[in-house]
Amino acid sequence: MTALELREVSKVYGDGAAKVDALCGVSLTVEPGALVAIMGPSGSGKSTMLTIAGSLEDATSGEVLVGGRALSSMSRNERAQLRRRSIGFVFQNFNLLPGLTAAENVSLPLELDGLAARTARKVGLRALEELGLADRAARFPDELSGGERQRVAIARAVVGERRLLLADEPSGALDSVNAEAVMRLVRTACRGEVAGVVVTHDAQLASWADRVVFLRDGRMADQTPPLPGPESLLAPGRAQ
Amino acid sequence: MSVPHALLALLSEGPKYGLQLREEFEARTGEVWPLNVGQVYTTLQRLERDGLVESEGAADEGPQKMFLITPAGDEELGAWLRTPPDLASPPRDELVIKVLVAMRLPGVDMPAVLQMHRTYLVQLMQQWTRIKEDAAEDDLALLLAVDAELFRLDSVVRWLDSADSRIKRNPVGAVAEETSPAPLPRLRRTVGVRR
Repeated sequence: MTALELREVSKVYGDGAAKVDALCGVSLTVEPGALVAIMGPSGSGKSTMLTIAGSLEDATSGEVLVGGRALSSMSRNERAQLRRRSIGFVFQNFNLLPGLTAAENVSLPLELDGLAARTARKVGLRALEELGLADRAARFPDELSGGERQRVAIARAVVGERRLLLADEPSGALDSVNAEAVMRLVRTACRGEVAGVVVTHDAQLASWADRVVFLRDGRMADQTPPLPGPESLLAPGRAQ
Repeated sequence: MSVPHALLALLSEGPKYGLQLREEFEARTGEVWPLNVGQVYTTLQRLERDGLVESEGAADEGPQKMFLITPAGDEELGAWLRTPPDLASPPRDELVIKVLVAMRLPGVDMPAVLQMHRTYLVQLMQQWTRIKEDAAEDDLALLLAVDAELFRLDSVVRWLDSADSRIKRNPVGAVAEETSPAPLPRLRRTVGVRR
């Protein structure tokens, strides 16, 4: 079963003279355990593709399947449940709730999903621990550095039984070493059953993915083939 | 990568054998720049001829020959470390030339040409990132060497992105009509995107 599948997805905003074709018949398959990056300039449709994949907005035409289930076959409630349980979102500006501590931010989606507060907090703390943030659990977002805030956001996105991690420019305005740390976490999270899609305009971040898909004017322009082994870069005679 | 200066740097720590120099060179550059033994001995011979190193041991080249840095070698190494690399020359690399040529040819799908190169570069970056991912956290030499390669490739991707967006704003046909047929930049040497 695929983690995410987009079949000929199109998205049109507005109509008449104001009509914008944001996505034009894009298809994409993401297997469990895979990390796919979507690259493209501003206005290429990459963020639209992510919000449609995450069921945050509807496609104008085409089909989206998450974990093998077509979003179009689900009720509003089922889709809300899918977003809470199976999909984790990471946004450029972290989107942490300022009035909640790091631990509360991470455990909130579990509580919203009906888990007892104590259990949710335990699971949330474990997620923070795994990202090296155990000693920051009681801090509020404004008491954390940018890198720490984004790690909390990632912990929140992968906590529980999530199967699909969707990230839009997840390293935001972080410096290159912190941005790399974020991508290492995303990379580590995308193993086994969990798949990820990262939208970015940054080739260094995209290069953490197994596959990089290039969008241009709402269409898929190209994608990288499966990776050869790193030996190909270390062939003798490269030194000059 | 200046192999002669890297060898001088290794010899500044003390006398070493040729094979030992090769192993240490590869270890220090995170094995990103493999060297063959022949390259090491040819370079040492040249350094010896220039009076920057001297040798002890068997007259024939071979594993028994020990190399030492001379005071002139020390001086050369110090001067090299302080000399900025030649980054001031205008871009004359092969990719820039290809794109400039493509712009003047009728019927070329510019976005497709740019995308082909972008895909290739990102693919290379993926391979370097895999090496970084597998590297030990404290293998600073490897991490720095891979970062350098990634930043270099990234800058080429950014250039492609900006070329793409400039051409989109000012379509190639329009450029060709308005511009007088100025000669292309003189190609004195070609530097590919791949070393």
